[in-house]
Amino acid sequence: MKNKLKVLRAERDWTQADLAKALDVSRQTINAIEKGKFDPSLPLAFKAARLFNLPIEDIFQDQP
Amino acid sequence: MQGEHLHKRYKNTTRSLAIWTIGWLLSLAVAQFGPLMIWSEMPFLTILAMLINLFFGVKMLLANRNHLLNQDELQRKIQLDAMAVTLGAGLIIGILYDVASNTGLINADAQISHLVIFMGLTYIGAIVLGQRKYQ
Repeated sequence: MKNKLKVLRAERDWTQADLAKALDVSRQTINAIEKGKFDPSLPLAFKAARLFNLPIEDIFQDQP
Repeated sequence: MQGEHLHKRYKNTTRSLAIWTIGWLLSLAVAQFGPLMIWSEMPFLTILAMLINLFFGVKMLLANRNHLLNQDELQRKIQLDAMAVTLGAGLIIGILYDVASNTGLINADAQISHLVIFMGLTYIGAIVLGQRKYQ
């Protein structure tokens, strides 16, 4: 699954640690999601969508 | 706990797990060596020491469960993978070890402590590999 977390984070000048704190996960988790090594759960994806005030599909895209 | 940030929760649950694990180990040592070195021919004290060890064991188990529940989803995945590898390897190697002992392939009797050490090392190795995988 592709995602735009890194871009959205950079637009707001947030570090991985800032985003991790906002989503209540570890920095390692943010790093793994950004690199596409780990797909977040649906609740975490919705949490990110609420945080960035964007539809979930604008942040996460399925990659067949 | 839910209002606290992950890092603080992790620290608190790790401390709790460490305390109960140390308590369990100390009470295990008392139950094991007490009848041999401190008291003898007093089964009541041995049973009491075993009940105390059981209590610490249950508290350690609950602290470990709480520790896992308060991790984030990636950490839980790493833990789950490591536990699956440990359980599988423990079962396979444990049975093979028993077969080797029963058939006389190894001279010494199979010891449960060897299996516990093997499972501990497997778990640590699987955790390290899991952490590296998601770096």
